[in-house]
Amino acid sequence: MTRGAKVRETGAEARALDDGGGAHVMSWVIAIMLFLTLLAGAAGLATARAAGALDRQMAGRLTVQIVEGEAQRRDAAAAQVLAVLRTQSDVARATPVAQADLARMLQPWLGDDAEAAGLPVPALIDVDLTSDDSAAIARVRSAVTRASPAARVDAHATWLGPVGRLLDTAAWLAGAIILLMLAATTAVVMLAARAGLEAHRGTIEVIHMLGATDRQVARLFQRRIALDAGIGAVAGGVLAGGAILLIAGQVGALDSELLGGMRLGPVDMGALVALPFGFVLLAVVAARLAVLRQMRRML
Amino acid sequence: MANIVQFENVGLRYGVGEETLCDVSFTLRSGQFYFLTGASGAGKTSLLRLLYLSQRPSRGIIRLFGEDAVILPRGRLPGFRRRIGVVFQDFRLIPHLSAADNIALPLRVAGMAESEIARAVREMLNWIGLAERAGARPATLSGGEQQRVAIARAVIARPELLVADEPTGNVDPAMAERLLHLFQSLHRLGTTVVMATHDWHLIERVPGAHHLHLEHGRLVDPDPPMPPPAEARASTIVRSGL
Ligand SMILES: Nc1ncnc2c1ncn2[C@@H]1O[C@H](COP(=O)(O)OP(=O)(O)OP(=O)(O)O)[C@@H](O)[C@H]1O
Ligand SMILES: [Mg+2]
Repeated sequence: MTRGAKVRETGAEARALDDGGGAHVMSWVIAIMLFLTLLAGAAGLATARAAGALDRQMAGRLTVQIVEGEAQRRDAAAAQVLAVLRTQSDVARATPVAQADLARMLQPWLGDDAEAAGLPVPALIDVDLTSDDSAAIARVRSAVTRASPAARVDAHATWLGPVGRLLDTAAWLAGAIILLMLAATTAVVMLAARAGLEAHRGTIEVIHMLGATDRQVARLFQRRIALDAGIGAVAGGVLAGGAILLIAGQVGALDSELLGGMRLGPVDMGALVALPFGFVLLAVVAARLAVLRQMRRML
Repeated sequence: MANIVQFENVGLRYGVGEETLCDVSFTLRSGQFYFLTGASGAGKTSLLRLLYLSQRPSRGIIRLFGEDAVILPRGRLPGFRRRIGVVFQDFRLIPHLSAADNIALPLRVAGMAESEIARAVREMLNWIGLAERAGARPATLSGGEQQRVAIARAVIARPELLVADEPTGNVDPAMAERLLHLFQSLHRLGTTVVMATHDWHLIERVPGAHHLHLEHGRLVDPDPPMPPPAEARASTIVRSGL
Protein backbone atom coordinates (compact mmCIF):
# COMPACT_ATOMS: atom_id res chain seq x y z
CA MET A 1 0.00 0.00 0.00
CA THR A 2 1.32 3.42 -0.88
CA ARG A 3 1.72 6.18 1.65
CA GLY A 4 -0.44 8.58 -0.36
CA ALA A 5 -3.48 6.31 -0.18
CA LYS A 6 -3.25 6.21 3.59
CA VAL A 7 -3.14 9.99 3.83
CA ARG A 8 -6.27 10.29 1.74
CA GLU A 9 -8.00 7.74 3.94
CA THR A 10 -7.21 9.88 6.94
CA GLY A 11 -8.81 12.84 5.17
CA ALA A 12 -11.98 10.89 4.44
CA GLU A 13 -12.16 9.78 8.05
CA ALA A 14 -11.96 13.43 9.06
CA ARG A 15 -15.19 14.27 7.31
CA ALA A 16 -16.92 11.17 8.64
CA LEU A 17 -16.00 12.01 12.21
CA ASP A 18 -16.67 15.70 12.02
CA ASP A 19 -19.08 17.08 14.61
CA GLY A 20 -21.60 17.94 11.94
CA GLY A 21 -21.48 14.43 10.50
CA GLY A 22 -24.86 13.20 11.74
CA ALA A 23 -23.71 12.54 15.26
CA HIS A 24 -26.69 14.44 16.65
CA VAL A 25 -29.11 11.53 16.55
CA MET A 26 -29.39 11.92 20.29
CA SER A 27 -30.75 15.47 20.06
CA TRP A 28 -33.54 14.36 17.77
CA VAL A 29 -34.38 11.26 19.75
CA ILE A 30 -34.60 13.14 23.00
CA ALA A 31 -36.55 16.07 21.53
CA ILE A 32 -39.23 13.88 19.94
CA MET A 33 -39.57 11.36 22.77
CA LEU A 34 -39.64 14.11 25.37
CA PHE A 35 -42.29 16.07 23.47
CA LEU A 36 -44.57 13.03 23.24
CA THR A 37 -43.98 11.91 26.81
CA LEU A 38 -44.61 15.39 28.20
CA LEU A 39 -47.90 15.66 26.31
CA ALA A 40 -49.01 12.21 27.44
CA GLY A 41 -47.89 13.04 30.97
CA ALA A 42 -49.72 16.36 31.11
CA ALA A 43 -52.88 14.81 29.65
CA GLY A 44 -52.71 11.86 32.01
CA LEU A 45 -52.12 13.95 35.12
CA ALA A 46 -54.82 16.47 34.21
CA THR A 47 -57.29 13.67 33.56
CA ALA A 48 -56.43 12.04 36.85
CA ARG A 49 -56.98 15.39 38.58
CA ALA A 50 -60.35 15.79 36.86
CA ALA A 51 -61.35 12.27 37.92
CA GLY A 52 -60.33 13.05 41.48
CA ALA A 53 -62.27 16.32 41.51
CA LEU A 54 -65.31 14.55 40.12
CA ASP A 55 -65.03 11.82 42.75
CA ARG A 56 -64.99 14.43 45.49
CA GLN A 57 -68.00 16.17 43.95
CA MET A 58 -70.00 12.97 43.66
CA ALA A 59 -69.09 11.32 46.89
CA GLY A 60 -71.95 11.43 49.39
CA ARG A 61 -74.07 13.85 47.41
CA LEU A 62 -77.72 13.42 46.53
CA THR A 63 -80.35 15.46 44.82
CA VAL A 64 -83.94 15.07 45.93
CA GLN A 65 -86.55 15.96 43.32
CA ILE A 66 -90.16 16.54 44.15
CA VAL A 67 -92.17 16.12 41.00
CA GLU A 68 -95.59 17.56 41.54
CA GLY A 69 -97.60 19.51 39.01
CA GLU A 70 -99.37 21.73 41.47
CA ALA A 71 -97.05 24.38 42.89
CA GLN A 72 -98.54 24.64 46.36
CA ARG A 73 -98.58 20.91 46.97
CA ARG A 74 -95.08 20.70 45.57
CA ASP A 75 -93.80 23.34 47.98
CA ALA A 76 -95.55 21.71 50.95
CA ALA A 77 -94.03 18.34 50.06
CA ALA A 78 -90.63 19.94 49.61
CA ALA A 79 -90.82 21.59 53.03
CA GLN A 80 -91.85 18.30 54.61
CA VAL A 81 -89.03 16.36 52.93
CA LEU A 82 -86.58 19.04 53.93
CA ALA A 83 -87.69 18.80 57.54
CA VAL A 84 -87.32 15.01 57.48
CA LEU A 85 -83.90 15.25 55.87
CA ARG A 86 -82.70 17.61 58.55
CA THR A 87 -83.62 15.10 61.28
CA GLN A 88 -81.53 12.35 59.65
CA SER A 89 -78.17 11.70 61.28
CA ASP A 90 -76.71 10.67 57.87
CA VAL A 91 -77.39 14.12 56.44
CA ALA A 92 -74.77 16.78 56.93
CA ARG A 93 -76.54 19.47 54.99
CA ALA A 94 -79.78 19.82 53.04
CA THR A 95 -80.26 22.93 50.91
CA PRO A 96 -83.33 23.65 48.81
CA VAL A 97 -82.50 25.01 45.40
CA ALA A 98 -84.26 28.37 45.07
CA GLN A 99 -87.06 28.27 42.49
CA ALA A 100 -85.58 31.43 40.94
CA ASP A 101 -82.26 29.65 40.37
CA LEU A 102 -84.04 26.68 38.91
CA ALA A 103 -86.08 28.89 36.61
CA ARG A 104 -82.87 30.51 35.41
CA MET A 105 -81.29 27.11 34.77
CA LEU A 106 -84.32 25.98 32.82
CA GLN A 107 -84.80 29.23 30.98
CA PRO A 108 -82.81 28.30 27.89
CA TRP A 109 -84.99 25.23 27.39
CA LEU A 110 -88.38 26.29 28.62
CA GLY A 111 -88.34 29.98 27.92
CA ASP A 112 -89.25 32.81 30.28
CA ASP A 113 -91.73 32.13 33.01
CA ALA A 114 -92.18 28.43 32.51
CA GLU A 115 -94.28 28.20 35.61
CA ALA A 116 -96.70 30.82 34.39
CA ALA A 117 -97.05 28.83 31.18
CA GLY A 118 -98.26 25.92 33.31
CA LEU A 119 -95.23 23.73 32.84
CA PRO A 120 -94.50 21.66 35.93
CA VAL A 121 -91.14 22.51 37.45
CA PRO A 122 -89.90 20.18 40.20
CA ALA A 123 -88.52 21.33 43.53
CA LEU A 124 -84.92 20.34 44.16
CA ILE A 125 -83.03 19.80 47.39
CA ASP A 126 -79.24 19.32 47.41
CA VAL A 127 -78.14 16.92 50.11
CA ASP A 128 -74.66 16.32 51.46
CA LEU A 129 -74.29 13.11 53.44
CA THR A 130 -71.90 12.57 56.32
CA SER A 131 -70.58 9.45 54.59
CA ASP A 132 -70.73 8.09 51.09
CA ASP A 133 -71.56 4.46 51.85
CA SER A 134 -74.55 2.94 50.10
CA ALA A 135 -76.32 2.03 53.39
CA ALA A 136 -76.53 5.71 54.31
CA ILE A 137 -77.91 6.51 50.88
CA ALA A 138 -80.49 3.74 51.25
CA ARG A 139 -81.57 4.98 54.70
CA VAL A 140 -82.01 8.54 53.45
CA ARG A 141 -83.83 7.32 50.36
CA SER A 142 -86.40 5.36 52.39
CA ALA A 143 -86.93 8.24 54.84
CA VAL A 144 -87.53 10.63 51.94
CA THR A 145 -89.99 8.38 50.09
CA ARG A 146 -91.89 7.77 53.31
CA ALA A 147 -92.22 11.54 53.81
CA SER A 148 -93.46 12.14 50.24
CA PRO A 149 -94.22 9.58 47.52
CA ALA A 150 -93.59 12.35 44.97
CA ALA A 151 -89.92 12.60 45.98
CA ARG A 152 -87.18 11.01 43.93
CA VAL A 153 -83.64 10.58 45.22
CA ASP A 154 -80.69 10.70 42.78
CA ALA A 155 -77.23 9.86 44.02
CA HIS A 156 -74.75 11.83 41.95
CA ALA A 157 -72.42 8.85 41.95
CA THR A 158 -75.01 6.88 40.05
CA TRP A 159 -75.37 9.18 37.07
CA LEU A 160 -71.86 10.67 37.01
CA GLY A 161 -70.27 7.27 37.68
CA PRO A 162 -69.73 6.37 34.00
CA VAL A 163 -68.02 9.72 33.40
CA GLY A 164 -65.76 9.12 36.38
CA ARG A 165 -64.92 5.64 35.13
CA LEU A 166 -64.14 7.03 31.69
CA LEU A 167 -61.77 9.60 33.19
CA ASP A 168 -60.15 6.93 35.33
CA THR A 169 -59.62 4.72 32.29
CA ALA A 170 -58.17 7.63 30.31
CA ALA A 171 -55.76 8.46 33.13
CA TRP A 172 -54.60 4.85 33.42
CA LEU A 173 -54.19 4.68 29.67
CA ALA A 174 -52.03 7.83 29.75
CA GLY A 175 -49.95 6.22 32.50
CA ALA A 176 -49.49 3.10 30.38
CA ILE A 177 -48.54 5.25 27.38
CA ILE A 178 -45.94 7.05 29.49
CA LEU A 179 -44.45 3.74 30.64
CA LEU A 180 -44.28 2.52 27.03
CA MET A 181 -42.72 5.83 25.97
CA LEU A 182 -40.10 5.51 28.69
CA ALA A 183 -39.30 1.97 27.62
CA ALA A 184 -39.05 3.03 23.96
CA THR A 185 -36.95 6.05 24.91
CA THR A 186 -34.56 3.87 26.87
CA ALA A 187 -34.14 1.53 23.92
CA VAL A 188 -33.72 4.31 21.36
CA VAL A 189 -31.37 6.27 23.60
CA MET A 190 -29.22 3.16 23.97
CA LEU A 191 -29.09 2.85 20.19
CA ALA A 192 -28.34 6.56 19.77
CA ALA A 193 -25.56 6.30 22.34
CA ARG A 194 -24.09 3.42 20.37
CA ALA A 195 -24.41 5.38 17.13
CA GLY A 196 -22.63 8.30 18.77
CA LEU A 197 -19.95 5.96 19.99
CA GLU A 198 -19.53 4.61 16.48
CA ALA A 199 -19.23 8.15 15.10
CA HIS A 200 -16.48 8.95 17.60
CA ARG A 201 -14.83 5.55 17.50
CA GLY A 202 -11.58 6.70 15.86
CA THR A 203 -11.19 9.55 18.30
CA ILE A 204 -11.87 7.31 21.25
CA GLU A 205 -9.31 4.75 20.10
CA VAL A 206 -6.63 7.41 19.74
CA ILE A 207 -7.31 8.93 23.14
CA HIS A 208 -7.27 5.43 24.58
CA MET A 209 -3.88 4.73 23.01
CA LEU A 210 -2.52 7.99 24.41
CA GLY A 211 -3.03 6.54 27.88
CA ALA A 212 -6.51 7.73 28.80
CA THR A 213 -8.28 5.54 31.35
CA ASP A 214 -11.69 4.04 30.63
CA ARG A 215 -13.27 6.55 32.99
CA GLN A 216 -11.59 9.49 31.28
CA VAL A 217 -12.87 8.35 27.91
CA ALA A 218 -16.32 7.67 29.36
CA ARG A 219 -16.42 11.16 30.88
CA LEU A 220 -15.49 12.77 27.56
CA PHE A 221 -18.14 10.84 25.71
CA GLN A 222 -20.76 11.43 28.39
CA ARG A 223 -20.16 15.17 28.18
CA ARG A 224 -20.62 15.03 24.41
CA ILE A 225 -23.86 13.04 24.73
CA ALA A 226 -25.11 15.21 27.59
CA LEU A 227 -24.68 18.23 25.35
CA ASP A 228 -26.56 16.60 22.46
CA ALA A 229 -29.28 15.31 24.78
CA GLY A 230 -29.52 18.70 26.50
CA ILE A 231 -30.16 20.43 23.18
CA GLY A 232 -32.88 17.87 22.44
CA ALA A 233 -34.39 18.25 25.91
CA VAL A 234 -34.61 22.03 25.57
CA ALA A 235 -36.19 21.76 22.12
CA GLY A 236 -38.69 19.04 23.11
CA GLY A 237 -39.44 20.70 26.45
CA VAL A 238 -40.12 24.12 24.96
CA LEU A 239 -42.38 22.70 22.25
CA ALA A 240 -44.30 20.52 24.70
CA GLY A 241 -44.57 23.39 27.21
CA GLY A 242 -46.01 25.62 24.52
CA ALA A 243 -48.52 22.97 23.46
CA ILE A 244 -49.57 22.30 27.06
CA LEU A 245 -50.03 26.01 27.80
CA LEU A 246 -52.07 26.41 24.63
CA ILE A 247 -54.39 23.55 25.53
CA ALA A 248 -54.60 24.67 29.16
CA GLY A 249 -55.68 28.12 27.99
CA GLN A 250 -58.33 26.63 25.75
CA VAL A 251 -59.63 24.37 28.53
CA GLY A 252 -59.80 27.35 30.87
CA ALA A 253 -61.77 29.32 28.32
CA LEU A 254 -64.37 26.52 28.12
CA ASP A 255 -65.55 27.27 31.67
CA SER A 256 -66.80 23.70 31.96
CA GLU A 257 -67.25 22.25 35.41
CA LEU A 258 -66.02 18.84 34.26
CA LEU A 259 -62.94 20.07 32.34
CA GLY A 260 -62.31 22.70 35.01
CA GLY A 261 -61.06 19.85 37.19
CA MET A 262 -58.27 19.29 34.63
CA ARG A 263 -55.81 21.46 36.41
CA LEU A 264 -52.14 20.62 37.01
CA GLY A 265 -51.00 21.11 40.58
CA PRO A 266 -47.47 21.97 41.71
CA VAL A 267 -46.60 18.30 42.18
CA ASP A 268 -47.73 17.53 38.62
CA MET A 269 -45.73 20.47 37.29
CA GLY A 270 -42.70 19.28 39.25
CA ALA A 271 -43.02 15.79 37.76
CA LEU A 272 -43.28 17.21 34.22
CA VAL A 273 -40.33 19.57 34.72
CA ALA A 274 -38.27 16.67 36.08
CA LEU A 275 -38.86 14.64 32.90
CA PRO A 276 -36.33 16.48 30.65
CA PHE A 277 -33.67 16.10 33.31
CA GLY A 278 -34.56 12.44 33.62
CA PHE A 279 -34.19 12.02 29.87
CA VAL A 280 -30.76 13.67 29.80
CA LEU A 281 -29.70 11.53 32.72
CA LEU A 282 -30.95 8.45 30.90
CA ALA A 283 -28.92 9.42 27.83
CA VAL A 284 -25.79 9.97 29.89
CA VAL A 285 -26.14 6.65 31.70
CA ALA A 286 -26.75 4.85 28.38
CA ALA A 287 -23.70 6.56 26.89
CA ARG A 288 -21.58 5.58 29.85
CA LEU A 289 -22.67 1.94 29.71
CA ALA A 290 -22.09 1.78 25.95
CA VAL A 291 -18.63 3.35 26.06
CA LEU A 292 -17.45 1.35 29.04
CA ARG A 293 -18.61 -1.86 27.41
CA GLN A 294 -16.71 -1.04 24.23
CA MET A 295 -13.62 0.06 26.17
CA ARG A 296 -13.50 -3.25 27.99
CA ARG A 297 -13.32 -4.97 24.62
CA MET A 298 -10.21 -2.95 23.75
CA LEU A 299 -6.85 -3.83 25.22
CA MET B 1 22.54 0.44 31.15
CA ALA B 2 19.01 -0.75 32.00
CA ASN B 3 16.88 -2.73 29.61
CA ILE B 4 13.74 -0.83 28.80
CA VAL B 5 12.24 -3.54 26.59
CA GLN B 6 12.83 -7.26 26.40
CA PHE B 7 11.19 -9.68 23.94
CA GLU B 8 11.67 -13.42 24.38
CA ASN B 9 10.39 -15.84 21.74
CA VAL B 10 7.47 -13.62 21.03
CA GLY B 11 4.91 -14.87 18.53
CA LEU B 12 1.90 -13.05 17.14
CA ARG B 13 -0.89 -14.60 15.16
CA TYR B 14 -3.87 -12.65 13.82
CA GLY B 15 -6.76 -15.10 13.83
CA VAL B 16 -5.83 -18.44 12.30
CA GLY B 17 -3.06 -19.19 9.87
CA GLU B 18 0.64 -18.46 9.92
CA GLU B 19 2.26 -16.41 12.63
CA THR B 20 2.82 -12.78 11.61
CA LEU B 21 5.67 -12.58 14.11
CA CYS B 22 7.65 -15.69 14.99
CA ASP B 23 10.20 -16.28 17.75
CA VAL B 24 11.09 -12.61 18.03
CA SER B 25 13.71 -12.01 20.72
CA PHE B 26 15.58 -8.76 21.33
CA THR B 27 16.46 -6.26 24.02
CA LEU B 28 16.24 -2.49 23.88
CA ARG B 29 18.56 -0.63 26.19
CA SER B 30 17.51 2.63 27.75
CA GLY B 31 18.63 5.78 25.91
CA GLN B 32 19.54 4.05 22.64
CA PHE B 33 18.35 4.70 19.09
CA TYR B 34 16.91 1.73 17.16
CA PHE B 35 15.89 1.38 13.54
CA LEU B 36 13.46 -1.34 12.49
CA THR B 37 13.48 -2.29 8.83
CA GLY B 38 11.83 -4.94 6.74
CA ALA B 39 9.89 -5.30 3.56
CA SER B 40 6.27 -4.24 3.45
CA GLY B 41 4.25 -6.87 5.30
CA ALA B 42 7.27 -8.18 7.18
CA GLY B 43 5.58 -7.32 10.48
CA LYS B 44 7.13 -3.97 11.53
CA THR B 45 3.86 -2.37 12.52
CA SER B 46 2.81 -5.57 14.25
CA LEU B 47 5.98 -5.61 16.32
CA LEU B 48 5.61 -1.93 17.22
CA ARG B 49 1.99 -2.52 18.21
CA LEU B 50 3.19 -5.07 20.75
CA LEU B 51 5.67 -2.49 21.96
CA TYR B 52 3.14 0.29 22.50
CA LEU B 53 0.63 -2.06 24.10
CA SER B 54 -2.05 -1.96 21.45
CA GLN B 55 -1.85 -5.72 21.05
CA ARG B 56 -0.94 -8.68 23.25
CA PRO B 57 1.34 -11.39 21.85
CA SER B 58 0.04 -14.88 21.18
CA ARG B 59 3.02 -16.32 22.98
CA GLY B 60 6.36 -15.41 24.48
CA ILE B 61 7.47 -12.91 27.08
CA ILE B 62 7.51 -9.13 26.80
CA ARG B 63 9.06 -7.11 29.57
CA LEU B 64 8.48 -3.37 29.48
CA PHE B 65 9.98 -0.90 31.98
CA GLY B 66 11.02 -3.92 34.06
CA GLU B 67 7.54 -5.46 34.27
CA ASP B 68 5.84 -8.35 32.54
CA ALA B 69 3.73 -6.58 29.94
CA VAL B 70 1.87 -9.72 28.88
CA ILE B 71 0.09 -10.26 32.17
CA LEU B 72 -0.24 -6.59 33.03
CA PRO B 73 -3.86 -5.99 34.14
CA ARG B 74 -5.91 -3.68 31.90
CA GLY B 75 -6.18 -1.07 34.61
CA ARG B 76 -2.42 -0.51 34.61
CA LEU B 77 -2.03 -0.15 30.85
CA PRO B 78 -2.89 3.59 30.71
CA GLY B 79 -0.05 4.37 33.10
CA PHE B 80 2.37 2.45 30.88
CA ARG B 81 1.04 4.00 27.69
CA ARG B 82 1.68 7.49 29.05
CA ARG B 83 5.37 6.61 29.24
CA ILE B 84 5.39 5.69 25.55
CA GLY B 85 5.07 8.15 22.67
CA VAL B 86 3.71 6.75 19.43
CA VAL B 87 3.84 8.07 15.88
CA PHE B 88 1.28 5.91 14.10
CA GLN B 89 1.91 4.88 10.53
CA ASP B 90 -1.42 6.49 9.58
CA PHE B 91 -0.93 9.43 12.00
CA ARG B 92 -4.36 9.06 13.65
CA LEU B 93 -4.80 12.76 14.20
CA ILE B 94 -8.23 13.68 15.51
CA PRO B 95 -9.96 15.31 12.55
CA HIS B 96 -12.13 17.87 14.30
CA LEU B 97 -9.34 19.13 16.56
CA SER B 98 -6.84 21.79 15.51
CA ALA B 99 -3.16 20.95 15.13
CA ALA B 100 -2.50 22.59 18.51
CA ASP B 101 -5.26 20.61 20.22
CA ASN B 102 -4.05 17.38 18.68
CA ILE B 103 -0.56 18.04 19.98
CA ALA B 104 -1.94 18.93 23.43
CA LEU B 105 -3.86 15.66 23.82
CA PRO B 106 -1.29 13.62 25.75
CA LEU B 107 -0.85 16.45 28.25
CA ARG B 108 -4.62 16.81 28.64
CA VAL B 109 -4.92 13.06 29.18
CA ALA B 110 -2.20 13.33 31.82
CA GLY B 111 -4.18 16.10 33.50
CA MET B 112 -1.66 18.94 33.11
CA ALA B 113 -2.78 22.53 33.82
CA GLU B 114 -4.02 24.41 30.73
CA SER B 115 -1.53 27.26 31.14
CA GLU B 116 1.39 24.84 31.08
CA ILE B 117 -0.15 22.99 28.15
CA ALA B 118 -0.41 26.20 26.11
CA ARG B 119 3.27 26.94 26.64
CA ALA B 120 4.40 23.42 25.83
CA VAL B 121 2.26 23.31 22.68
CA ARG B 122 3.61 26.64 21.45
CA GLU B 123 7.13 25.40 21.96
CA MET B 124 6.32 22.21 20.11
CA LEU B 125 4.71 24.02 17.17
CA ASN B 126 7.82 26.15 16.80
CA TRP B 127 9.97 23.05 16.95
CA ILE B 128 8.14 21.41 14.05
CA GLY B 129 7.91 24.72 12.18
CA LEU B 130 4.11 24.88 12.18
CA ALA B 131 3.52 27.79 14.56
CA GLU B 132 1.44 29.66 12.01
CA ARG B 133 -0.78 26.60 11.37
CA ALA B 134 -1.67 26.06 15.03
CA GLY B 135 -5.40 26.42 14.42
CA ALA B 136 -5.53 24.34 11.24
CA ARG B 137 -7.49 21.10 11.16
CA PRO B 138 -5.57 18.02 10.02
CA ALA B 139 -7.53 17.78 6.77
CA THR B 140 -6.22 21.20 5.72
CA LEU B 141 -2.60 20.20 6.35
CA SER B 142 -0.34 18.52 3.82
CA GLY B 143 0.73 14.93 4.43
CA GLY B 144 4.12 16.05 5.68
CA GLU B 145 2.58 18.67 7.96
CA GLN B 146 0.21 16.09 9.41
CA GLN B 147 3.17 13.84 10.02
CA ARG B 148 4.97 16.59 11.90
CA VAL B 149 1.87 17.19 14.05
CA ALA B 150 1.73 13.45 14.77
CA ILE B 151 5.38 13.51 15.79
CA ALA B 152 4.86 16.54 18.01
CA ARG B 153 1.96 14.77 19.72
CA ALA B 154 4.13 11.71 20.30
CA VAL B 155 6.98 13.60 21.93
CA ILE B 156 5.28 16.46 23.80
CA ALA B 157 4.93 14.49 27.03
CA ARG B 158 8.66 13.62 26.94
CA PRO B 159 8.07 9.85 26.83
CA GLU B 160 10.71 7.40 28.03
CA LEU B 161 10.14 5.32 24.91
CA LEU B 162 9.31 6.76 21.51
CA VAL B 163 7.87 4.39 18.92
CA ALA B 164 7.65 5.80 15.40
CA ASP B 165 6.15 3.79 12.55
CA GLU B 166 7.65 5.11 9.31
CA PRO B 167 7.56 8.71 10.46
CA THR B 168 9.37 9.89 7.34
CA GLY B 169 7.21 7.96 4.92
CA ASN B 170 5.33 10.92 3.50
CA VAL B 171 8.00 13.55 3.16
CA ASP B 172 10.77 14.56 0.77
CA PRO B 173 14.37 13.71 1.69
CA ALA B 174 15.07 17.19 3.10
CA MET B 175 12.06 17.02 5.40
CA ALA B 176 12.93 13.45 6.34
CA GLU B 177 16.28 14.70 7.50
CA ARG B 178 14.69 17.54 9.49
CA LEU B 179 12.34 15.09 11.17
CA LEU B 180 15.22 12.79 11.96
CA HIS B 181 16.87 15.73 13.71
CA LEU B 182 13.74 16.09 15.85
CA PHE B 183 14.05 12.49 16.93
CA GLN B 184 17.75 12.86 17.56
CA SER B 185 17.29 15.88 19.80
CA LEU B 186 14.70 13.97 21.79
CA HIS B 187 17.06 11.03 21.91
CA ARG B 188 19.77 13.29 23.30
CA LEU B 189 17.38 14.18 26.13
CA GLY B 190 17.40 10.51 27.12
CA THR B 191 14.45 9.03 25.26
CA THR B 192 14.81 5.55 23.81
CA VAL B 193 13.75 5.72 20.16
CA VAL B 194 12.47 2.89 17.98
CA MET B 195 11.82 3.91 14.39
CA ALA B 196 10.47 1.69 11.64
CA THR B 197 11.58 2.82 8.22
CA HIS B 198 12.05 1.74 4.64
CA ASP B 199 14.75 4.34 4.19
CA TRP B 200 18.08 2.64 4.87
CA HIS B 201 19.94 5.88 4.24
CA LEU B 202 18.52 7.37 7.43
CA ILE B 203 20.32 4.70 9.42
CA GLU B 204 23.72 5.97 8.35
CA ARG B 205 22.79 9.44 9.55
CA VAL B 206 22.40 8.42 13.19
CA PRO B 207 25.80 7.42 14.54
CA GLY B 208 25.62 4.63 17.06
CA ALA B 209 22.09 3.66 16.10
CA HIS B 210 21.12 -0.03 16.31
CA HIS B 211 19.40 -1.87 13.54
CA LEU B 212 16.71 -4.55 13.78
CA HIS B 213 15.59 -6.20 10.58
CA LEU B 214 12.44 -8.26 10.05
CA GLU B 215 11.91 -10.82 7.36
CA HIS B 216 8.63 -12.71 7.23
CA GLY B 217 8.01 -11.99 10.86
CA ARG B 218 11.43 -13.12 12.07
CA LEU B 219 14.26 -10.94 13.26
CA VAL B 220 17.36 -11.53 11.15
CA ASP B 221 20.73 -9.89 10.93
CA PRO B 222 20.58 -6.97 8.56
CA ASP B 223 22.91 -8.70 6.14
CA PRO B 224 24.57 -7.27 4.12
CA PRO B 225 24.84 -4.35 6.58
CA MET B 226 23.41 -1.66 4.29
CA PRO B 227 21.87 -3.14 1.18
CA PRO B 228 19.98 -0.69 -1.00
CA PRO B 229 16.21 -1.06 -0.42
CA ALA B 230 15.51 -2.39 -3.91
CA GLU B 231 17.96 -5.24 -3.44
CA ALA B 232 16.49 -6.06 0.00
CA ARG B 233 13.03 -6.33 -1.46
CA ALA B 234 14.26 -8.47 -4.33
CA SER B 235 15.93 -10.94 -1.98
CA THR B 236 12.76 -11.14 0.11
CA ILE B 237 10.69 -11.88 -2.95
CA VAL B 238 13.12 -14.56 -4.04
CA ARG B 239 13.01 -16.17 -0.62
CA SER B 240 9.22 -16.10 -0.39
CA GLY B 241 9.08 -17.67 -3.82
CA LEU B 242 11.05 -20.66 -2.63
N1 LIG C 1 -5.10 -6.50 12.34
C1 LIG C 1 -4.65 -7.42 11.49
N2 LIG C 1 -5.37 -8.53 11.23
C2 LIG C 1 -4.94 -9.47 10.40
N3 LIG C 1 -3.77 -9.42 9.75
C3 LIG C 1 -2.99 -8.35 9.97
C4 LIG C 1 -3.39 -7.29 10.84
N4 LIG C 1 -2.42 -6.37 10.85
C5 LIG C 1 -1.46 -6.81 10.03
N5 LIG C 1 -1.79 -8.00 9.50
C6 LIG C 1 -0.97 -8.79 8.58
O1 LIG C 1 0.27 -9.01 9.21
C7 LIG C 1 1.31 -8.88 8.28
C8 LIG C 1 2.30 -7.85 8.76
O2 LIG C 1 1.68 -6.58 8.72
P1 LIG C 1 2.40 -5.27 9.26
O3 LIG C 1 1.42 -4.18 9.18
O4 LIG C 1 2.97 -5.58 10.60
O5 LIG C 1 3.54 -5.08 8.17
P2 LIG C 1 4.59 -3.90 8.02
O6 LIG C 1 5.93 -4.50 8.08
O7 LIG C 1 4.28 -2.81 8.97
O8 LIG C 1 4.27 -3.43 6.54
P3 LIG C 1 4.34 -1.93 5.92
O9 LIG C 1 5.79 -1.67 5.63
O10 LIG C 1 3.56 -2.06 4.66
O11 LIG C 1 3.74 -1.01 6.89
C9 LIG C 1 0.67 -8.50 6.96
O12 LIG C 1 0.58 -9.68 6.18
C10 LIG C 1 -0.68 -8.03 7.32
O13 LIG C 1 -1.59 -8.34 6.32
MG1 LIG D 1 3.62 -0.96 8.84
